[in-house]
Amino acid sequence: MPVFEVRITLKEGIVDPEGENTKKTLQLLGFDDLKQVSFSKLYTISMEGSGETAIREVEEMCRRLLANPAIHNYTYRLIDEQ
Amino acid sequence: MEEDGFLLKTSDIRVAVLRIEGTNMAEEAAAAAKGSGVRAEIIHLKQLEGRCSPAMRRSLQDYHMIVIPGGFSSGDYVRAGAMFASRIKSSIGREFMNFIDEGRPVLGICNGFQILVELGILPSGGEKGEMLPRAALATNLSTRYECRPAYLKNVNRGHCVFTRKIPTGTLLSVPTAHGEGKLTFPPGKSDEWVAKLEESDEIVFRYVDDRGNFAGYPWNPNGSFYNIAGITDDTGSVLGMMPHPERTYWRYLHSDWTRGDLSGNMHGDGRLIFDSAFDYIVSKF
Repeated sequence: MPVFEVRITLKEGIVDPEGENTKKTLQLLGFDDLKQVSFSKLYTISMEGSGETAIREVEEMCRRLLANPAIHNYTYRLIDEQ
Repeated sequence: MEEDGFLLKTSDIRVAVLRIEGTNMAEEAAAAAKGSGVRAEIIHLKQLEGRCSPAMRRSLQDYHMIVIPGGFSSGDYVRAGAMFASRIKSSIGREFMNFIDEGRPVLGICNGFQILVELGILPSGGEKGEMLPRAALATNLSTRYECRPAYLKNVNRGHCVFTRKIPTGTLLSVPTAHGEGKLTFPPGKSDEWVAKLEESDEIVFRYVDDRGNFAGYPWNPNGSFYNIAGITDDTGSVLGMMPHPERTYWRYLHSDWTRGDLSGNMHGDGRLIFDSAFDYIVSKF
């Protein structure tokens, strides 16, 4: 049963208000050496199918729902093959 | 409403207010439609999919217009509107697109606008293809939920059926209530998209200040590119807008209503958007 980790990030050039606001708040808490905070989403997806088919399906999940192609990039990796 | 010479009367118009779990402005949207004298019914998507008792089964062909109201459909999980859009695509997608192709109006308010964007219906710019988003209604620049009055200018030159009764340049007071309303185009494509939408007259409402000047925050509550508050598609019969016209349907719903002239009818600014669509339906069907 392959398990994938899918990460959704904002494309370069898309404003990241969540990341910016988190950065400001962390600085208020005294983390002065902070350079950048970026917001992303992480999904853990367990599949029933086998290797190649599972990868194709995860790709389609990203394309059709998990990422908005106008503003998001997505990456995924196999983290477990129980 | 002018009806002379038309077969369909306003009272014959049937409006579907489409909801799933998490939709929370259906009652207000239906009340607004009914206020104009049309028949409005709140229906769950399952009733269109047939996942209900036979007596509750509905078809989009039963209606002249769809309103997708505001709320937090499916908890806004993944992205605001993404789940509702996916459920439409996977079930009644073809029927929904046929409805639009027939020129029947679709109004997406707030979460409804987010759903139309996630469906890939708005923005259109004449592009057709797979139902995938071409833009996003991203997190407000303020990262806050912005719930307050807003001023909109109707900049549409006549393409959109929802502004038939609103002269170009008119200012409307319609409140906003959202956390993700910043219309965002793919990186580096914003100017190109706006030029295309301008050319095809698909921009409908833009945020302005109280004097009618295009202005930034707080007048533009979310940082939307080009101050865009509402857009239509290439048919002109679809309108997606972040502000809530049902919340100023009556004059006494305006936050400053006691300061104005209290004589005459009690129609609010938002009513014009509904009445424009009903006027169009009477003339077309």
